[in-house]
Amino acid sequence: MIEQIFRAEYGRAVSVLTRVLGDLDLAEEAVQDAFATAAEQWPVKGVPPAPAGWIITTARNRAIDRLRRETKGREKHAQAALLQHEPEEEVGDVPDDRLRLIFTCCHPSLALQAQVALTLKLLGGLTTAEIARAFLVPEPTMAQRIVRAKGKIRAARIPYRVPRDADLPERLKAVLAVIYLIFNEGYLDKAELTGEAIRLGRVLAQLMPDEPEVWGLLALMLLVASRQEARVVDGSLVLLEDQDRSRWDAELIAEGQDIVRRCLRWNRPGPYQIQAAINAVHSDPPTDWHQVLALYDQLLAIMPSPVVALHRAVALAEVEGPAAALQEVDALDLDRYHLFHAVRADLLKRLGEDPSAALKAALERAEHPAERDLISRRLGLATADQQDRADDRDQPDHDPQPGGHAT
Amino acid sequence: MTQKYLLSIYQPDGEVPPPEVLDPIMANLAALNEEMQAKGAWVFAVGLHPPSTATVLRAKDDDVLMTDGPFTEGKEHIGGFTVIQAADLDEALEWGRKLATVLAPLSIEVRPIAY
Repeated sequence: MIEQIFRAEYGRAVSVLTRVLGDLDLAEEAVQDAFATAAEQWPVKGVPPAPAGWIITTARNRAIDRLRRETKGREKHAQAALLQHEPEEEVGDVPDDRLRLIFTCCHPSLALQAQVALTLKLLGGLTTAEIARAFLVPEPTMAQRIVRAKGKIRAARIPYRVPRDADLPERLKAVLAVIYLIFNEGYLDKAELTGEAIRLGRVLAQLMPDEPEVWGLLALMLLVASRQEARVVDGSLVLLEDQDRSRWDAELIAEGQDIVRRCLRWNRPGPYQIQAAINAVHSDPPTDWHQVLALYDQLLAIMPSPVVALHRAVALAEVEGPAAALQEVDALDLDRYHLFHAVRADLLKRLGEDPSAALKAALERAEHPAERDLISRRLGLATADQQDRADDRDQPDHDPQPGGHAT
Repeated sequence: MTQKYLLSIYQPDGEVPPPEVLDPIMANLAALNEEMQAKGAWVFAVGLHPPSTATVLRAKDDDVLMTDGPFTEGKEHIGGFTVIQAADLDEALEWGRKLATVLAPLSIEVRPIAY
């Protein structure tokens, strides 16, 4: 119960207390104090009717007590005095507070890694240890990253507010990028990160309901997450066309597709909305590849990047055939990217050529075990395939099995 | 309550541009300084002589050692700086952005002043 309320309300409480106290560390301490008190009292006295409000009020009172006790510095004394005269209604749920906190955590003057860590810590309520584990970083490194970022917010006076309209589009892009990065980090095997990213996406959509790209990102995450159960089976990545559709989450798909339809009516397209639309098409098998290709054309026009071009080539292969797609892929400067080689391998195989070298290149560059496993299996098949062909040449009398060599 | 920020101008070592290039830049810089003054943001601004003119001092035991400068040899050096006061980092970055635009392609480092 407390755990649930903690995850749901931590960010809200910290954001309100940050406004009241003017300091992130004081706010976090106060909120943690309040939850510690809740853990003692609620099992005995019962959960209060408005737990979130109780946490915020308790946190505020704790902060005042703490500031009164620590009367060493005159400044802190003044702060405590100031708090006393703060009108009561200030401690309500001002809807903008979490939004302010998001924009402060995702301020572009902070390193991207720091933005991600702060967002997970302050809004998500994850512990430093949890964040360190999720990003495969030693805990002291992560702790230092967070302390440093908070220090910069304080010393450089990164403002605690929603940016003015002129700066909002750029600043919002940064926020969406942080949430999507958290989602992608969890994409293959860390459901707690994808879950947290979706939760943050929902909060943002609730706070900025008129921003189509906010909804686009939420829909994209819902639709990609809907296939999570089918995507990785026994530690290996399963390609979309091979996935067991009964393991797709119908509820997430319905919600995601519903948002995509709403975005289409809005008619203010952006990269996240288009990627969501592509995933909505995939969620409705058999995939309409003409539609996917048209959407990738649109995406490439507003986000010209070789990675987008690579994905577009996969759709092109389905519409115009592997030869046309290979020509496009070979023109891309993506040698360092494992998917580039994996896509090339697939196209080569479909053209009847040996994909082994491309698969080896993909394997050398892939990092995640689930991806490596898929590539290894394809490489195994390709090698067996080549072996069969060699055997065919060695034994001309051998009658190959109908249906090809792959077993 | 305002916060002071140091805007350091980083420029590559070597020859300064000829007057026909430099003069319009300096005129724009003067205009920006005036704008800062008009808005109450300007505290202090200087341009520096080249690093080769610097002398470095360091106390050791009872002695102060003197060496030909600069303190660090790099590909870039601080060519000048401006101190401003602003309400917060966003406001300071706004001035920094203007300074970087006037002095393009030089980099501007924005750093809060502690005391």
